[in-house]
Order: sequence, then C-alpha cells, then structure tokens
Amino acid sequence: MKRTLSILLRNPLSLLGLVLVGIVVLSAVFADFITPFPAHAGAVVDFANFNKAPEWPYIMGTDLVGRDLFTRIVYAYRISLILGVVVLALAVPVGVAIGLFAGYLGGWTEYLLMRLTDVFLSIPPLVLAMSMMGVLEPTLTNGMIAVTAMWWPWYTRLVYNLARSEKEEGYVLAAEIIGASRLHVMFREILPNCVPSIVTKMTLDLGFVILIASSLSFLGLGVQPPTPDLGSMVADGAKYLPDSWWLTVFPGLAILVAVFGFNLVGDALREVLGAEQ
Amino acid sequence: MSAPTLLIRDLRLGFRGYSGLVEVLHGISLHVAKGERVALVGESGSGKSVTARIVLGLLQNLKSARISGRVEFEGRDLSRLSGRERHALRGTRMSMIFQDPTSSLNPVYTIATQFHEVLKRAEPRLDLAGARRRAAVALADVAITEPERVLDSYSFQLSGGMNQRVMIAMALANEPSLLIADEPGTALDVTVQAQTLGLMRDLVARHGTSVLFISHNLGVVREFADRVYVIYKGRIAEQGPTAALFEDPRHPYTRALLSAVPRITGGGIPEIEDASESYFAPLVVHEGYGEPEGVRP
Amino acid sequence: MPPVVRLLAKRLGTSLVVLIGVSMLIFAIARVIPGDPARIALGPNATAAQVAALRERLNLDQPIVVQYGQFVADLVRGDLGVSLYTNRPVTTDIVQFLPATLELVLVAGVMMVVFGLPLGILSARYRNSWIDNLVRLVTLLGVSAPAFVWAVILMLAFAYFLPLFPIAGRITDTMTIPTVTGFLMVDTLIAGDPRAFANAAWHIVLPAFALALSGIGQAARLTRSNMVETYDRPYIEMAQSYGFPERRIATRYAFRPSMIPSLTIIGLDFAAMLGNAFLVEAVFAWPGLSRYGVAVILRKDLNAIVGTVLIISAMFLIVNVIVDLLIAFINPRIRYSQRAS
Repeated sequence: MKRTLSILLRNPLSLLGLVLVGIVVLSAVFADFITPFPAHAGAVVDFANFNKAPEWPYIMGTDLVGRDLFTRIVYAYRISLILGVVVLALAVPVGVAIGLFAGYLGGWTEYLLMRLTDVFLSIPPLVLAMSMMGVLEPTLTNGMIAVTAMWWPWYTRLVYNLARSEKEEGYVLAAEIIGASRLHVMFREILPNCVPSIVTKMTLDLGFVILIASSLSFLGLGVQPPTPDLGSMVADGAKYLPDSWWLTVFPGLAILVAVFGFNLVGDALREVLGAEQ
Repeated sequence: MSAPTLLIRDLRLGFRGYSGLVEVLHGISLHVAKGERVALVGESGSGKSVTARIVLGLLQNLKSARISGRVEFEGRDLSRLSGRERHALRGTRMSMIFQDPTSSLNPVYTIATQFHEVLKRAEPRLDLAGARRRAAVALADVAITEPERVLDSYSFQLSGGMNQRVMIAMALANEPSLLIADEPGTALDVTVQAQTLGLMRDLVARHGTSVLFISHNLGVVREFADRVYVIYKGRIAEQGPTAALFEDPRHPYTRALLSAVPRITGGGIPEIEDASESYFAPLVVHEGYGEPEGVRP
Repeated sequence: MPPVVRLLAKRLGTSLVVLIGVSMLIFAIARVIPGDPARIALGPNATAAQVAALRERLNLDQPIVVQYGQFVADLVRGDLGVSLYTNRPVTTDIVQFLPATLELVLVAGVMMVVFGLPLGILSARYRNSWIDNLVRLVTLLGVSAPAFVWAVILMLAFAYFLPLFPIAGRITDTMTIPTVTGFLMVDTLIAGDPRAFANAAWHIVLPAFALALSGIGQAARLTRSNMVETYDRPYIEMAQSYGFPERRIATRYAFRPSMIPSLTIIGLDFAAMLGNAFLVEAVFAWPGLSRYGVAVILRKDLNAIVGTVLIISAMFLIVNVIVDLLIAFINPRIRYSQRAS
C-alpha cells in the first residue's frame, strides 16, 4: 500500500490525477464552506444578476436565473460523487458474486448467468439506462438504480474471466483437496486474488459513472431541477451558444476534469498493481 | 591471418535501474574463428543471452543499457557502426536460433510469409513466388519432406521439431557468416533436440558458418562445439578445447558443473551446491587457447 | 462444415438467444411503469372509457405473459405496434429516423479505426518515449468526457469561433435529395450530385468526430496495451534479430496478433456509439433516432420504447457477430481448429 502510493506520487501524470481527484472530492465535501453562494444550489432566483459572463464574485458566470455557476458546479460534484459511490457499492458486490459463481461453478450455472449478463451487455449502456429512467420517475434514487442495472455486468465479466483462470491455479486445487467448501474457495481463495483488478476498475469507473449519469441528465432523463447537475447544465446552456458560452463550457470542463482525474489515478493504479502481481 | 568472425574484448554491460547501475557482464572476452563452433556455457543469469543480444545489436538501443568494450564482427567494430549499419547485418550476415521454436514463429502468419520476410533481408526485391521456391529448397535441406505443406502452415499446426527445422532453415537461408544459437531446442523433447542439433551441425559444417552456441546443457555442448567458454556470473571462468575441458576441468566452477552432470544429454544444468567463493577464481586458459592478439595479459 | 461457418452458425444462435433475452428484459422494464401508460398517452382530459378502450387495444388488461406472447407473434410478422407519440407504426418511425443515426455511427466508427489504431501502434512502437506519453495523455482526455461535451466544445471551436464547419443539420436546407437508402452520403451519390455529397460529408465531420473521440481514445489505449504485451513475445524478438524493418514489425508482426484480444472490445465500443449518438444528435440537431427516442421515453410510449431498444440491440449484436468473423479472419487458430499434421 505504502509502496503503491510512493510509486503513484513519483509519476507526474498520476500525481496530477491525485491532485484533480483531491480537488473534486474535497470541494464536494466542503462545498458549504468554499462556495460563495451556497443557497444557489437550490431554487434561488436573482434576476438582477442573470446570465452574467465570468466576473468577480461570479468566477464562472451566472445562469439564466442569476445563480452562481461555480457554486452549482461544486454542489453538482457532491451529488455526482454520491451517485458514483452508491452505484458502485450496489453494482460491484452483485457483479462480483455472479462472476464468481459463473466462473467457478461452470456448467449450467455458467451458461445461464453468462447469457443473462450478455443480455444486459447487448443493450448499449446508455440506451438501457435511458429506458429504465424513462419508465421510472426521474429522481436521484432511480438514477442510481438505472445506472446500477447497466453497470454490474461489467464486473461479472471481469471476475468471470479472472475466476476461470484462477481456478486452474495450484492454490485452488490445494484448497479443494483439503475439502474446503465451494463458498470458501470462491470467496476466501479466489476473490482476494481478484481484488487488485476490481479496485483498479472501480477507480476508473467512478469517473465513468459520473460521465454516464451526466449523459442521462443531459438528455433530460436524470436528476431534475433545481438539483444542480453537470449534464443538465450543459443541456440548458447549449441553446445559448455561442454568446453565453460559460453556461456550457464550465460544466462541461467540470465533467472532463473529474473523469480525467479518476482515469489518471485508475490508469496508474492498473500499472502499479499489474506490475506487483 | 584473417579477422575472426566474432571477437569480443572486455565487454561490460550494466543496466540502470531504480537502485543504480547493476553490472551484468564484468568484462568478458571471446572469439569465434571462421567456420568454428564455439560454445558459451553457464547457468541462467550468467550473462550468456545478453551477450548474444549485444552481438546482434539489439541491446544498444535500450536506454537503460550501458555497454563498453569491443565487439568486432568480421573485423568491424560494432560500436563504430550506425544503428542502420548494425541493422543491415542482422538476418543477413548474422542470424539467430531460439530456445522455443514454436513461440518464436509468429502465430498469425504462415511459414511462407515469414520466410519471405527473412529472404527479403538479403534480396529486397524478391517476390512471394520466388521466396517460396527458395524456401522449399531450404526446407528440403533440413530434411522436411513436404515443404509446400509446411510453407502453407502456421507454427501452431506443426510439431516443435518441425518448427525447429523451419527455424534452422530460416537462420541459414541467407548464408550468414555467424549463427547464434541461444539454447536451441531446450523446449523440445530430448530426442528431437538431439536430431535437430545433428542436422544443424551438418549444415553449418557444409556452409562453413561460424556458430556461437549458447547453452546450459553440457551434454549438448560436448556433442556440438569445437571450443568452450564457461561463464559464471558475468565472467569467463575457463576456456579451452571441448575435449580437454571436459577431460581436464581446471576451474573450480567448471569442475562443480561437470561433476554434477550424470548424463550425456541431460536435461540441463543440475543444481550446483551453494555458490562457493572458489567459483570466482581467476580465468583458466588451456594452453594454446587464449584470445588472439594478446587480448589477455 | 468449415470452422468459419460453424463459428458463424454458433454465434448467430447465441445472438438469437440473447436477443430473445433482450426482448424479455426490455418488455419487463416497459411494463413496470408506475402509472397507467394509456392514461399518460391520452392525457388527463380523457374519459375513463377512452382510457379503458386504449388499454384493451394495447392488451394492457391481459396478463404480462400473454402480452409478451402477443408481442412476439407481432414481432415475427415485422410488426412492432403503433407509436402513441406519432400515431404511426413504430417500424415506419424507425425506418425514417434510423438511417441518419447509422450514418453518423458508421462514419464515427471509421474515424475510430482510422485514428485510434495508428495512434495505438505509434504509442506502442515508441513506448515510454515522449510520443507515447503525449498519445496516452491525449487519448485519456478523449475518453474522459461524454460525447455531448466534445460536441459542444467542437461546435464552439470549429463552427462558431473558427467557422470551418456548419453548426447543425445533415445538409444545407436548399439542397433536396430524393431519399433512397436514407443514408445521405449514399443518396447524394445515387442522385449523381457530387456537390451535395460534399455538403453532406462536410456536415457530418464535426458530429461524427465528437461521437468518435472517446472511441478513438479507447481503441488507441487498447491497441497500445495489447501491443506492448505482444512486443515481449519471442516471435517479436525473432523478427528483430532477423532485422525485419521496425515499421513492418509494428504494423504487421506485432499489430496483428495483438488485435485478436483488442477487436472484441473495439466492437463493443463501436456498438456503444449507437447509444452515445443520442448525445451528439441533440447538440447538432441531427435528425436521427435521438429526438424520437428521448421523446418516446419521456411519453412512456411503450411500443416505441421496446421497438427502438430492440432494433438498437439487434444492431449491436450484428456488430458483434461481424467482429467475431473479423477475429476469425485474423486468427488462423480459429480458421484451422484442427492440426494439419
């Protein structure tokens, strides 16, 4: 762990990633203290200052009802991160368990579970989440459910492939010979060896969950106003291009910065953990 | 006297890593005269294979590698050649045979395609049909009875022994003056390995090719080589003619090696007891088998 | 049976199983709608009798298994039902809107391959050099933003700021091209109008590139990592020690084996564009499936939702079968599953 961290800190790109992730996470956590107009995260109207280009104290300008964009972006980060963490907390255990069962048990279990996974994987991710959001009410909770529904199969595939190769390893055979139960072999022997890959994917995915969630709300199928959301900010502002460019450019860049940060860290992690194996 | 095919003097190699410079070769000297078969024997990690890669000019482009000393090929100092000139020698004047023939052939191209690429090194304008004709002849030389079928095959469709014959045919196709054989056929069955080595020996004798034979297998070396260099941890321990060295090993390391070999065609270097200080004893040169031109003091 | 045919048959069979699964899944999703689709479709002013009539027409009063059976029976006859949004058969709607989306996705897919693979090869050949680092940085940026962000940025930069490309649409309004295939770049050629073709191509550049950017990044990153692994294989060392030209090693001897594991994922990325196209179409006012898809989802137009998702998934599966055939083409192990000796 310490070694991993020291390697991460030595590479300038992964350092940049850690810095970006740090900025995003800390600003989301301390949003109440660092934003100039915390009230603007909600349904506030200030027509005296609407649609302002960036100028002090509105460093990223204001939106069409006069709310500070910077404030709203920081609060949108908070919601995106909560959504990302919850989605992964739901999708990863489900996906991992199914992958372990399919990969280790084989036979009919494998066939049924993997065809089920294929079904989910053969609807383009965005389309699956879109249709789920369409039938559900567009709330934050339902957004989490929709994104979770499209996310777990990727972990199933990952763990399935890992489990299939791990089960040929000597240590698994040894555990089987001394009569360990299947559950023990799956969760105590094989799973720990999949953890580095899973953690790496989770780091990368935290960024991609934010990306997909913003795509949903960009299409009007995500979190509803007045909750601040990066995707719907871009969608709302796109009608006012190019004059009110800040309405789209800053929320768009905010998505880029967050996802890029998680990707840099995930990438570096993959290289370090991969090299250690 | 004409220049030896290969002359190495005081070759040193180090790798720069996180923990500073690690020296792998501590100044080795050897030579291979024209038409001679010379073996470089040692355990894995002794520096045999990196020596071969330096001769081929493959390590020179590696940023972390620090190389000093002289490597002369047919009288030309490799370090004075440009990358392009070193490249021009590979596959034409010198070629190589590897440990595992099957994994050394590209799995997604047919033997014919790869043979064509090899032949084009010497004759860039050669077309595929011409290459097939020449390859068929070369394959017949290594006792392959159905060259056409082999040419249309992929490496995974052929047996290991067959692939090894293909590799030998490729290695000699452009009439190189130096053939480097790095643990040839170690991945094969012992009998197949012996067969293909016999084949290779006959062919190099016929073509007058010089061979640097790298191996950890003393039995094979005894069968194949005219002269032997024993290498231990990046230093030459003993050198001399094969017969004399096997009958009268003088260096403690060579003796340990030989006493641990029970069979003629054994499966490789046996476990030698813990490294002993005596293995670092100075170089032993059998009378009359020193390096040319007084390289050694 | 030759191995390739056997492979094709097997993959088509699996795809069919999966497609049936998709239809069940999407049918189930569409029927868990909270609230009454008939009521939503007719609006709050409709009478209870009207709602009941519509429910009956849509079979909503039947058990879900019966509904599904009816749906499959219709589907086999090529009938996806009537859209409550447009009041037309769903198939008619899809035939009208799908070609524009497919055209966009195909051009983006070509861009993904044409830019992504060479970037990956370059990166792998000069691995750990500044070229590699630059390519990795750029491609990582590419995958780090959703297509609509790239669409907005590209539009601002190359349509407004530097007006090199049109702001929106598929073709300049004054040009009328008879619809044959629905693919404008094909129809303009059929009409024998090269000026209109150029115009259509000029319109598609920005949206396709915005859609392709993350795919380009994915393809390049994947190609690089698989090729770096391939570079450690003995057959590459063999190629180098025989002095095969470095360029040929990169573009053939290392590239081709490393494409075998890459292609599946690249196929998935390509297919994902069918979904991401929605994001780009919205920004560039591209008259594709996006506006229709979002509209029917917002209106809970069951038949249209099911039909649209099913068609997109079928495309997705077709792409995957094609990818499998491509893999068989570059991997002789699949073509000759038996030993020749």
